[in-house]
Amino acid sequence: MSDSNQLLQQRQEEIVEEFAFFEDWMEKYEYLIELGKELSPLEEADRTDENIIRGCQSRVWLAAKKSPEGLLEFRADSDAIITRGLVALVIRALDQLSPEVVSGADLWFVQRIGLDTHLSPTRANGLLAMVQQMKHYGIAFQAR
Amino acid sequence: MLNPAHIRSQFPILNREMNGCPLIYLDHAASAQKPVAVIEAQREYLMHLHANVHRGVHSLSQQATDAFEKARETVRRHLNAAHVEEIIWTAGATDAINLVSQSWGRTQIQAGDVILLTRMEHHANIVPWQLLAEERQARIEVVEINENGELNEADFQEKLKLNPKLVALSHVSNAMGTINDVKRWTDAAQAIGARVLIDGCQAVPHMEVDVMALDCDFYVFSGHKTYGPTGIGVLYGKKELLESMPPWRGGGEMIDVVSLEKGTTYAGLPHKFEAGTPHISGAIALGVALDWMSGVGLQSIGDHETTLGAQARHLLAKVDGLRFIGTAEKKTGVVSFIVDGVHPYDIGTLLDPMGIAVRTGHHCNQPLMEHYGIPGTVRASFGAYNTLQEVDALSAGVERAVRMLR
Ligand SMILES: Cc1ncc(COP(=O)(O)O)c(C=O)c1O
Repeated sequence: MSDSNQLLQQRQEEIVEEFAFFEDWMEKYEYLIELGKELSPLEEADRTDENIIRGCQSRVWLAAKKSPEGLLEFRADSDAIITRGLVALVIRALDQLSPEVVSGADLWFVQRIGLDTHLSPTRANGLLAMVQQMKHYGIAFQAR
Repeated sequence: MLNPAHIRSQFPILNREMNGCPLIYLDHAASAQKPVAVIEAQREYLMHLHANVHRGVHSLSQQATDAFEKARETVRRHLNAAHVEEIIWTAGATDAINLVSQSWGRTQIQAGDVILLTRMEHHANIVPWQLLAEERQARIEVVEINENGELNEADFQEKLKLNPKLVALSHVSNAMGTINDVKRWTDAAQAIGARVLIDGCQAVPHMEVDVMALDCDFYVFSGHKTYGPTGIGVLYGKKELLESMPPWRGGGEMIDVVSLEKGTTYAGLPHKFEAGTPHISGAIALGVALDWMSGVGLQSIGDHETTLGAQARHLLAKVDGLRFIGTAEKKTGVVSFIVDGVHPYDIGTLLDPMGIAVRTGHHCNQPLMEHYGIPGTVRASFGAYNTLQEVDALSAGVERAVRMLR
């Protein structure tokens, strides 16, 4: 558990450092677009209605399972590329951690890199709902 | 000809910056910005005139009531309605449509009746009818559109054969800007005995509307899209029709005599439909907004916006893979488009840091997006205060965004 937590903090530090290079908004978005393009797409089999998280504007799909080591594995996708970039960042932070740490994760990096507006409840892109769903998986998988 | 610099100077919000850039507001169709005259009217009311209306023997209440009723007369004149009591204040277009569906609809629509809508209606002109249809076991039918976003003539004629009790259609489509020939459709619908409700939300801000000439039964619009405040709107209805309709909401203002023993009798028009303390300052400022529009000239506003729309289409057509949604022959300045392989949300997200405000998504019009098989569009919509330079910035911004996203 403390390993997972340490990892979570470390990964967030790394992301913050990466973003420190960018001088303006456009550079940040260029990077997000790059991350979005690099994120491997979800297989069709996982693009189910069950896995869909409805934002009003962009759609997000999220699939989760538990690894043999008892860690949570996430894969996700979106039909909008910038949302995919943000999805990639959140996955990078939360993938392969213990369900306990995921369920209580504080994703402070989002605010530090100035992207918190993208995770606001009024931003209908499905991201906030995705993070909440990831935490729910964290709770559900602890119980198993 | 309209003088954009002079117009812009009357809109304080256009001086602000957004994300370090001058604000370029191209979301008029969602809500219009307000000229100083309107802002001042609301302020002036609150500073010097506020009291409840229709209630007081005291002079202040009388003065507030006079201003409030004078605004109603302004709306009557603006729409060319025959009688001032045909103008009902509502909270907005949505509220006005719900009033008609709940008052007229619940008494007139019977099981098996048909309510005819069109593919291009805003959700506000769909859902109230669905609720009614469900309750009354009535049926909703829909007039389909052509590829260019115009109502399909043949389909309209065909659907009229179903003998709808009501035809509810928009004067101008919010997502595409298509101007419907509402006069012709009103005549055709009334010829088979249907009532006609016209959603004028996207028409009143851009053109002259004459309800007497249209001869429609109901006409609705929202104040905030016509340079007026939010929370106020208008239902126009023909007098005899409104008189025959029961009140929808109960409360103060709308009564004649209230007796717990003998029941209650209702006030006459228009107050019968205006239960409770109304949005007094909103109504007054809406009157000022309509006068402001008339002062600028409805024709020049419309012409200016059409010029901006044409220029936007001309420039945006050069973007590789860009496709316009809604290419009707007659349309307002609204420009709605998608770009191959690019999600509209991404384009909107990248325009935002450039200070350019557009709307992306389904524009409260999911059935229309479904028809085109797209998740939504990017929509730029113009008002009197927008300029050709802003259109240039839009097109440069879209080009830049698409380059980044591809
Ligand atoms: C065509 C049309 N109808 C109805 C509405 C609903 O207006 P409001 O939300 O002001 O009630 C709108 C505005 O979004 C519209 O564009």
